Amino acid sequence: MLTGEDKKLIQQVWGKLSGAEEEIGAEALWRMFCSYPPTKTYFPHFDLSQGSDQIRGHGKKVVAALGTAIKNLDNLSQALSELSNLHAYNLRVDPPCFALQFLAQCLQVVLATRLGKEYTPDVHSAVDKFMAAVAAVLAEKYR
Amino acid sequence: MVHWSAEEKQLIASVWGKVSVEECGAEALARLLIVYPWTQRFFSDFGNLSSPTAIIGNPKVRAHGKKVLTSFGDAIKNLDNLKGTYSKLSELHCEKLHVDPENFRLLGDILIIVLATHFTKDFTPACQATWQKLVGVVAHALAHKYH
Repeated sequence: MLTGEDKKLIQQVWGKLSGAEEEIGAEALWRMFCSYPPTKTYFPHFDLSQGSDQIRGHGKKVVAALGTAIKNLDNLSQALSELSNLHAYNLRVDPPCFALQFLAQCLQVVLATRLGKEYTPDVHSAVDKFMAAVAAVLAEKYR
Repeated sequence: MVHWSAEEKQLIASVWGKVSVEECGAEALARLLIVYPWTQRFFSDFGNLSSPTAIIGNPKVRAHGKKVLTSFGDAIKNLDNLKGTYSKLSELHCEKLHVDPENFRLLGDILIIVLATHFTKDFTPACQATWQKLVGVVAHALAHKYH
């Protein structure tokens, strides 16, 4: 459960990265494709070469969605409702507990490489909880 | 048996060469206990784990973190025989410590994040991919003797 302190830390971290959303999203996706090749199976229609327009475009989309989630930490379910439908009925990324976890791990690595020591255990914990909450909402309608 | 390319071995060695086993080990274990508080159940005799500050400063956590990462170093020296290297430790974690192998995966991912904070942009995607593979096979080897 996200505490008040968690929410503050998440908003702070996000604030530090504003302006770099597209790069962060693209890098997180690229790292995910490198570390977990099976995740590429969800993007057969993409040019998956490093730095491709599609990876950049999609990375930007993903991070924008997370940005929306961060502005609505008290009501994630509603804020992500559309995306929840999309993942459940359309994309069917399977299973949500695993695949979305890989993206969460890679996003954390990107944040950690950019923030270094500032990615403290408290921040790490808050972001981890946040990503778990997002994944849970996206998985809500699976069955 | 897991195959390691020359490039992967190089990426492992170059990162490991710059790692302070004591610092990174302590940090990884502390983060495990902070980020996934339920893991504290395995360390009830470690004393004060009541807050992130307490955990980070706890000497038993630091010592045990160092032990764990030192053992990781053994894996790196024996990439071609991880199951053999971890056979006894696997039995120990199953029979005596009763640790759910899922926790090995959690610790592995946390170690990756610790490395990312230390190496920042030098922790490239290729580096991460190799290390994710490494922590995965170590976790697998540690779970191998479970019954």
